[in-house]
Amino acid sequence: MAYILIFITAVFVNNIVLSQFLGICPFLGVSKKVDSALGMGAAVAFVLTLATIVTYLIQMYVLKAFGLEYLQTIAFILVIAALVQMVEIILKKSAPALYQALGVFLPLITTNCCILGVAILVANGTYATQGLEPNLLTGVVYAISTAIGFALALVVFAGIREQLAMMDVPKGLQGMSIALITAGLLAMAFMGFSGVDNGLKTLFGL
Amino acid sequence: MKKLNSTWYNMALVLTGIAVVAGAALGYVNSITAPTIEALKVQQEKEAEQQVLNGQEGTAIKITDPKGFGGALTVMVGLAQDGTILGYKVLESSETPGLGAKAQDWFQKGQKGDIIGKQAGNLTVSKDGGEVDAITASTITSRAFLRCINEAYKTLSESSDAQSGASPQAGKPNNNI
Amino acid sequence: MNNMKVLLNGIIKENPTFVLLLGMCPTLGTTSSAINGLSMGLATTAVLIFSNLIISLIKNLIPDKVRIPSFIVVIASLVTILQMLIKAYAPEVDKSLGLFIPLIVVNCIILGRAEAFAAKNGVVSSICDGIGMGIGFTLALTLLGAVRELLGTGKVFNATLFPENYGALVFVLAPGAFIALGYLIAIFNKIKKA
Repeated sequence: MAYILIFITAVFVNNIVLSQFLGICPFLGVSKKVDSALGMGAAVAFVLTLATIVTYLIQMYVLKAFGLEYLQTIAFILVIAALVQMVEIILKKSAPALYQALGVFLPLITTNCCILGVAILVANGTYATQGLEPNLLTGVVYAISTAIGFALALVVFAGIREQLAMMDVPKGLQGMSIALITAGLLAMAFMGFSGVDNGLKTLFGL
Repeated sequence: MKKLNSTWYNMALVLTGIAVVAGAALGYVNSITAPTIEALKVQQEKEAEQQVLNGQEGTAIKITDPKGFGGALTVMVGLAQDGTILGYKVLESSETPGLGAKAQDWFQKGQKGDIIGKQAGNLTVSKDGGEVDAITASTITSRAFLRCINEAYKTLSESSDAQSGASPQAGKPNNNI
Repeated sequence: MNNMKVLLNGIIKENPTFVLLLGMCPTLGTTSSAINGLSMGLATTAVLIFSNLIISLIKNLIPDKVRIPSFIVVIASLVTILQMLIKAYAPEVDKSLGLFIPLIVVNCIILGRAEAFAAKNGVVSSICDGIGMGIGFTLALTLLGAVRELLGTGKVFNATLFPENYGALVFVLAPGAFIALGYLIAIFNKIKKA
């Protein structure tokens, strides 16, 4: 039950983009069309999950084992960059159709701060575990949920922007300005979920 | 100077060189700052212990609650032998920058969520039928905070026959890595 | 190019936040108060100046194909050094900025300036570029932080302008960050055109 709670909290209550402010760049940059938003969401979900597993193992069995925790940032960013490259090469060779769909988004992912952010949060055990032990399993559940939350925010936002493109917007507010204000309203809507996690906690008897 | 060509030899050499220099620099800075950071932590906890006891007889207990708004919340709680709250200090919070910090002031004497002098053990926010006012728009943080206080009381009563006086104890669920 | 011009360029004409729209995560995530915005801006400026300096110094030693990984290692090392120094000598800043300090690594401003400016220009103008961009970023974050803090709590830098009860708390929370920045960009566009 606690895993369901982690999922709901990460997707809706503490949405990575709309309440934690991670991954804003792709959120604003790749959200003009629903199609590309879906592609980006899928690419992030894939890399985020993989990166979380690899960085967690590195943290536990390399950095912590040798007392090198201070190399965390540098090790993680290199692992993520290498991973993105590897995923790109593997996809190109073995799944050209998937590569066609996700390929353009992959290079953008290295500098997507939600990947590094989530990797650090999971490795340090400082994420909402809903009372569970922070370990690899909870970390992965959290990472997947976060990625789904990211994709959800991105797709919903892209849908709104598709409609917005047909509207008459005052000149000064055109472009990024109105996009940010729209994102603010969306964030406000997501704030409506706050407290849902506590309600569920009571419901599940946690 | 001419730019180096992208031969395998050059690339390997340069990357290794940069990695070695970067590693050495980080190791050096770490060797300077690590003792300071450690000393700071010890000193902070000592100060916090004195602060939360406020010169009164009691026990300072450090508790970490893993279920704060954005992660773990660590609070040092000062309790008298009978469980009356003497003081508290938020040591670590991974809350939204600026917001989690509010807990440090909110529950102090004379503030809106004043808990000083109350009996620890069963404190809840008014939303859950308790008598403590939650921080505006931060009910989750407030609940995590009160759980820390109640947990501290539990720890105290479990070990109350063991000792008295201002001796600090580590709280049990410490999830900070 | 004239160094003074390079410096001013980052503050107004190519302001990283209001014009280039780079580094949005820390811009939104750390500006719940003016002082938080200011600390984040200064931390980023420090990394920006040193990364521009180092990269312009070693640019001829780096083969083109390993350019990006080399830049990332340089930047990540600088960020880690900064993180250790902040933890040791300014623990309060560490507490309020938290996760956003290591995330300076993935702030696109830094890699962007390394790639677009420092890898092509001399040491002195690269430093000027770092200072200019840094000041532009810091000013933007401080302004956004001040606006959010004022509207949300009635205070700016601990100076109370109106009672907290009249503040709209939503500006300190997530939605207010997006909305305040949206309007600030609109105002900046208007000023730039005039």
